[in-house]
Amino acid sequence: MKRLLDLVSPLIVAVLFLGAWEWAVAHWQVPVYVLPGPSAIAKAFADNFSSLMAALLSTLTVTVEAFLAACVLGIATAIAFSQSRLLERTFYPYAVILQVTPVVAIAPLILIWVGFERINLALVIIATIVAFFPILAGATLGLKSADFNLVDLTRLYGASRAQVLWRVRLPTALPYLLSGMKTAGGLALIGAVVAEFVAGSGTATGLAWRIVESGNRLEIATLFAALALLALTGVLIFAALSLLEWALLRRWHESALTAP
Amino acid sequence: MITLKGIGKRFATGTEALRDLSFSVAEGEFVSLLGPSGCGKSTALRLVAGLLEPDAGHIRFEHGKPEIGFVFQEPTLMPWADALTNARLPLDLKRVSRSDGNARAAAALARVGLQGFERAFPRELSGGMKMRVSLARALAAQPKLLLLDEPFAALDEITRNSLGDDLLRLWKEDGLTVLFVTHSVSESSYLSKRVLVMTPRPGRIAEDIALPFGRDSRLSIATIEAQRAISGALNTAMAA
Repeated sequence: MKRLLDLVSPLIVAVLFLGAWEWAVAHWQVPVYVLPGPSAIAKAFADNFSSLMAALLSTLTVTVEAFLAACVLGIATAIAFSQSRLLERTFYPYAVILQVTPVVAIAPLILIWVGFERINLALVIIATIVAFFPILAGATLGLKSADFNLVDLTRLYGASRAQVLWRVRLPTALPYLLSGMKTAGGLALIGAVVAEFVAGSGTATGLAWRIVESGNRLEIATLFAALALLALTGVLIFAALSLLEWALLRRWHESALTAP
Repeated sequence: MITLKGIGKRFATGTEALRDLSFSVAEGEFVSLLGPSGCGKSTALRLVAGLLEPDAGHIRFEHGKPEIGFVFQEPTLMPWADALTNARLPLDLKRVSRSDGNARAAAALARVGLQGFERAFPRELSGGMKMRVSLARALAAQPKLLLLDEPFAALDEITRNSLGDDLLRLWKEDGLTVLFVTHSVSESSYLSKRVLVMTPRPGRIAEDIALPFGRDSRLSIATIEAQRAISGALNTAMAA
């Protein structure tokens, strides 16, 4: 019963909110180019379904590619850091600089360097830079968190560095890494959207560009439909990564003792 | 089996943990290293295991470095692995085949009374059972020398006694040599054949007490008398 209430109460809020919105727009006769009602947005969504889906696919492809690239680069860098303190001390500050620089500021530069003829590659690179840091930070912290005594024990049995990494450090790092991945999943989507905004007219074909274009044409209902799709995509990415986290940690980690 | 001579150890922080520590342990002996906390007894154990290098003195093994089993104060298990995989860790690291490793790890678990818990994760086990897995892991590689660092200190007395009895049984069955670090007088008086009492930091051996036979129960007169002798030696070492 309580479980059912947990599911139903957010839905009730959604229905009330959308109903109030629809009523308010009709009551005050708000022009559709300022704020369309939910029904108008739904109609715009249905009318533009195939083009919106194509745009979603484009943005989703960039997001997923950037996320995977950030995972590979972040984990590889963290492993390199864990093997050499000198390496970590030398390069970690630069990773932080990459993190604190607002990436929008270097996006135009990356677009110029990579070239508008390879626009998707440029988008993926920008989104990867945005998503990279939480994975690096999570994996670095996780690899360092291995139980000292457990590492000593493996040394007693003559374990190689690779064995310690594989059997002790990486499993220890997994919860930290997954937490970083959940943040990075959302950031990859944000990165893809920002990159499309910067890429601008005619080159990008994703949802963010649809938003800019619809805004220019005052097709506000289509803009809202694209926005809703983006929000839904973000939620789905987060849900998928939460599910992955639960599947990997449920047997042993405190954070995953309850179902997602 | 082992001889330590003139061992000195100072940490990077400047703390002098050990000064001129010398003792030896014969094959098949059960020796307790007893002292106040911070007296360097854990450091001594790590030196014997080869996890630390001494700054002064040397450690000799009579027939070369034997296979060593180590048990920490905490169970120090891998939380992501079940009991069998935890007990199998030394064998995995030595690249023993999976089937052989599983058989030996299961046998080790059975010896510490954990038959049927092979697939249990540490989270699902009590403190005493986790310590038993840790003991099984130390036994899995069939060590000649077993080093224990206050292994039962975090357990309740009933569990501690039961684990102590199991340890005695394993020691007798396997002809192990045991070096047991503890700060419990009663534990050392019942379990060991010899008690080495250490001074506060920097630690060295204040007294080497050989305990008589007849301590087959925690309440026997011989055990109680051993406790009095050890307590007396400890008081003298602390006052010095």
